[in-house]
Amino acid sequence: MAVEKKSADRRAGPRARDANGATGNEALRGEKAETLLAYYREMVLIRRFEQRAGEMYTRAKIGGYCHLNLGEEATIVGLMAALEPRDYLLTNYREHGYALARGIEPGRVMAELFGKETGTSRGRGGSMHIFDAKARLLGGYAIVGGQLPLAVGVALAIDYRGGDEVVMVQMGDGTTNIGAFHESLNLAQLWRLPVVFVIVNNQYGMGTPPERASAEPDLYKRACAYRMASERVDGNDVLAVREAARRAVRRAREERLPTLLEAVSFRLRGHSVVDPARYRSRDEVERGQAQDPLPGFRRQLLAAGILDEARLAELEADVDRVVDQAVAFADESPDPRPGELFAYAYATPVPNEPRQFPGEPLTGAE
Amino acid sequence: MALISYRQALHDTLREELLRDEAVFLMGEEIGVFEGSYKITAGLLQEFGPKRVRDTPIAEEGFVGVAIGAAMLGLRPVVEIMTINFSLLAMDQIVNHAAKIYGMFGGQASVPLVIRTPGGGGQQLSSTHSQNLEVMYAYVPGLKVVAPATPADAKGLLKSAIRDDDPVIFVENLALYNTKGEVPDEEYTTPLGVAAVAKEGTDITIVTYSRMTVVALGVAARLEDEGISAEVVDLRSLRPLDRETILASVRKTNRAVVVEEDWLSYGIGAEVAATIQEGAFDYLDAPVRRVAQAEVPLPYAKPLELAALPNADHLLGAIHATLDAVNFRRRGAPVHA
Repeated sequence: MAVEKKSADRRAGPRARDANGATGNEALRGEKAETLLAYYREMVLIRRFEQRAGEMYTRAKIGGYCHLNLGEEATIVGLMAALEPRDYLLTNYREHGYALARGIEPGRVMAELFGKETGTSRGRGGSMHIFDAKARLLGGYAIVGGQLPLAVGVALAIDYRGGDEVVMVQMGDGTTNIGAFHESLNLAQLWRLPVVFVIVNNQYGMGTPPERASAEPDLYKRACAYRMASERVDGNDVLAVREAARRAVRRAREERLPTLLEAVSFRLRGHSVVDPARYRSRDEVERGQAQDPLPGFRRQLLAAGILDEARLAELEADVDRVVDQAVAFADESPDPRPGELFAYAYATPVPNEPRQFPGEPLTGAE
Repeated sequence: MALISYRQALHDTLREELLRDEAVFLMGEEIGVFEGSYKITAGLLQEFGPKRVRDTPIAEEGFVGVAIGAAMLGLRPVVEIMTINFSLLAMDQIVNHAAKIYGMFGGQASVPLVIRTPGGGGQQLSSTHSQNLEVMYAYVPGLKVVAPATPADAKGLLKSAIRDDDPVIFVENLALYNTKGEVPDEEYTTPLGVAAVAKEGTDITIVTYSRMTVVALGVAARLEDEGISAEVVDLRSLRPLDRETILASVRKTNRAVVVEEDWLSYGIGAEVAATIQEGAFDYLDAPVRRVAQAEVPLPYAKPLELAALPNADHLLGAIHATLDAVNFRRRGAPVHA
């Protein structure tokens, strides 16, 4: 059965948060100040890290594609707060913030973006392919929807061994139109596997909004086809995201059932660093910026007396220091050595493994 | 030694590996209740239960991806894709995920996965159910690809594949399932990445794999009667390719013909021929010939299907032409001035 949250309308952002703002203290009641501050700090860390990543890209320290989580900070922090350390996470290619919120050292994440040996994937993956076995982040994946069947498989392995871990898998709104999405939802529900499918609806798949790509643009409703529980939540509200994610995680852990969760936010920049996003009107961008989760949460914390200007300045300076250190670490780290090009070709050594560099003769050629 | 079919060898191996290692499980369409489209998994659901022998919906991309994810956590899934033609639906998961995960994440997760799937034509299954697509997977670094020709190698290579920590594409052939061969009674494995000299010879090398190995051995026997000693190299492994065994044979025989069931252009034989010209150029007496499938979607009508598929006569013709071009003198034949 689909669980529909009628209270959260599609563009839940401004109105919901205005309402939150008006009852700011109430919305935060019951939460420990230190918890809220930790969430806020995490959100600021992601924001500053991503801004610096964008800057490092324009300075050619980062190559390839680089997709930022700007505007998705509340969603990320809320989702990660609902997971236990033993739970698993798989994401798409817009995943720097998830790696940070999962507790991976920012320097190792930045080093991966820089393509360094000290990076989370030893520089082999880059921005789109962050992996950390200890944090149980089982990879960022760059083929839209490719991570979904893998996540169902991780859940199957948990189920096979009788464990109580949960798998969360993140995707963008555009992913809901690809076959792998539908096959994965069907398999997860059919086999009763502990997966939380999260759609980060930032309202654009590259330059295409859900209304132009999905016959059912209320994306969470697609779970109905699989008799899967689903929910839409305001992705700009960190506590609302955390609560919705906790419900889904509980359903997975205790009832061994998947959930489709849709968190609606707004992508503050283009699809990737190099996209000027000219397909959006100025009005629309201004409306989106008004939903920016950082100032909203900051206002709530200031209004509740949890944060004051002095502590805010201290927190921001501290985060800036962390990000500076991450950049310095990445910059000073060694490049992977070309001689180790074949170091991770196979997990099990095999005879006759090809190891020619371009232009080299075949092994054994006479 | 016991004389068993290729089908029986596969079945026995799956059963033995299920018994040996709790992490091994089977997945695929109709492998359980239906006992497999080609009955390789007959009886295994009853013996091991639905956790170890899992029927899947018709969703190749989905269940292959599920197997990859389960393998990342250390399970050893053995997936059956009903025919290699349907593996195209799982190509993203195989090529972009299974093949990449170990290297792309710097060695942090391996994918101990086996995908078993039969290919091949000759059964009047028409264009979409008769293909030999193994070269598509053999092209991709990160995968290991094997295509056994005999029941003994089917068993030994499947054991190695299941115990290997990398994704292995295990290519079977519909026309081999009922073929029989001697299989050792004792426990053994056959190494991945190593070709076999299926028959020794001195005058010409036939390089081949899978079903065409059976054809090549038949041809080699006929050639013996003509006074021609052919060596048959069964590649067994398509990635990695055992170039050394190919080259050692050609350096001995000085001539080579490749016979393969896949299409000619860009096929496995093209890689073999390139290997020979680079690694044994000075040893060659004649150009390397390739005998392969005609480049059309394989038709249904029997005369057309037969016209397209390589057979023993095609191979014999190519061998005779190669030897005649260098005035090869058959053993026992009179010497002409």
